[in-house]
Amino acid sequence: MDTTKTNMKIAVLSGKGGTGKTLVSVNLSTVAKESIYIDCDVEEPNGHLYFKPKNIQKEDVTVKIPKVDNEKCNGCRKCVEFCKFNALAYIKNKLFIFDEICHSCGGCMLVCPEDALFETEKVIGKVEKGYYNNISIYTGILNIGEASGIPIVKKLIDENKNKDKLTIIDCPPGSACIVMETIRDVDYCILVAEPTIFGVHNLNMVYELVRLFNKPFGVIINKYLEEENPVKKFCVKNNIKIIEKIPFDTELGKINSNGEIAVEKSGKYNQLFSNLLDKVIKEAGNETTVNP
Amino acid sequence: MKIAIPVNEKNIETNVCASFGRSPYFLIYDIETQESNFIDNFAASDVGGAGIKAAQIIVDNEVEALLTPRCGEKAAEVLNSADIKIFKTVYPSAKENIQGFIDKKLNLLDEIHAGFHGHNEN
Repeated sequence: MDTTKTNMKIAVLSGKGGTGKTLVSVNLSTVAKESIYIDCDVEEPNGHLYFKPKNIQKEDVTVKIPKVDNEKCNGCRKCVEFCKFNALAYIKNKLFIFDEICHSCGGCMLVCPEDALFETEKVIGKVEKGYYNNISIYTGILNIGEASGIPIVKKLIDENKNKDKLTIIDCPPGSACIVMETIRDVDYCILVAEPTIFGVHNLNMVYELVRLFNKPFGVIINKYLEEENPVKKFCVKNNIKIIEKIPFDTELGKINSNGEIAVEKSGKYNQLFSNLLDKVIKEAGNETTVNP
Repeated sequence: MKIAIPVNEKNIETNVCASFGRSPYFLIYDIETQESNFIDNFAASDVGGAGIKAAQIIVDNEVEALLTPRCGEKAAEVLNSADIKIFKTVYPSAKENIQGFIDKKLNLLDEIHAGFHGHNEN
């Protein structure tokens, strides 16, 4: 299958960190030759450690935070009552705004009858874009101490919405709001899990999420050993397709821990990830493939 | 002088609530008239920022001191701005702490935590 002719978007998820999302995402992107890799794990993005991207362009990501003009504020408290997140308080004839609590909905500005609130921009992180061969590498980085990386994920996803290339999205771990934002528009979800009881628990979280979003999906069991394991049982019981098993293998471990890309270092893994990519594209349905 | 205490039930024998922002009720006690007034904490079930809203309720009730086992940093900022002193409760019941406050046996709360932000506090 010619993988350069698809504009499919594939998300790689897992219920916890360290299961192999980045391993799968980086190797799929690389084996595809021409692709976009987006690291949405904004609290600890590490795909760039493998790609070491060149020609990096950086752009700040900002959110809008209200500020008050004390001359205009008459203390009516409409904004305080409106804010569902309680980011505002009115104490001793003065309006207090808690930036970290604000979700940038802009509602306080709409309800203020005195026009006393105005928007200011606050930097919460950045997006870096670079290249590795014919792969565009996008990395979202959330500043330490910021409450939510969702604006960064939104920017990453929006910027790559209409690109005519295979796009691999390395998700944040878990199944919280930020992951929902990440998978909203994808064509297929890969759920990476470890073959343990803990692996089942974590897999179940993302399994419930992708079902809620009605996304086609398949499971990759990472660190796989040829024996019965709870994840396999879980998949059989719930009729979930296991699309790949990545072996528990010292060779792969070594390549990985040196920050190298397995498909470039090992014929065996080149074959494994090539097959996987073909399978995923086929699984996701041919309707999104241009000139199948 | 009026003081406030987060409480689990609407009677003066009730225990002090372990949480400030998520306390179901506040007891507003007037030391001069010995009058007890119980108010609902509308912030208790909010998604976030409960401490800020709860502190706003305390401020609006014009109390001079809050007796509480613990208090988050944002709530403390609101209370401090309104010059409300925060004292640490040391007894189980509201009644005992009120007496303790009157007898000057309570100390100022020196440990302000960073907030639980929607996570379970245990």
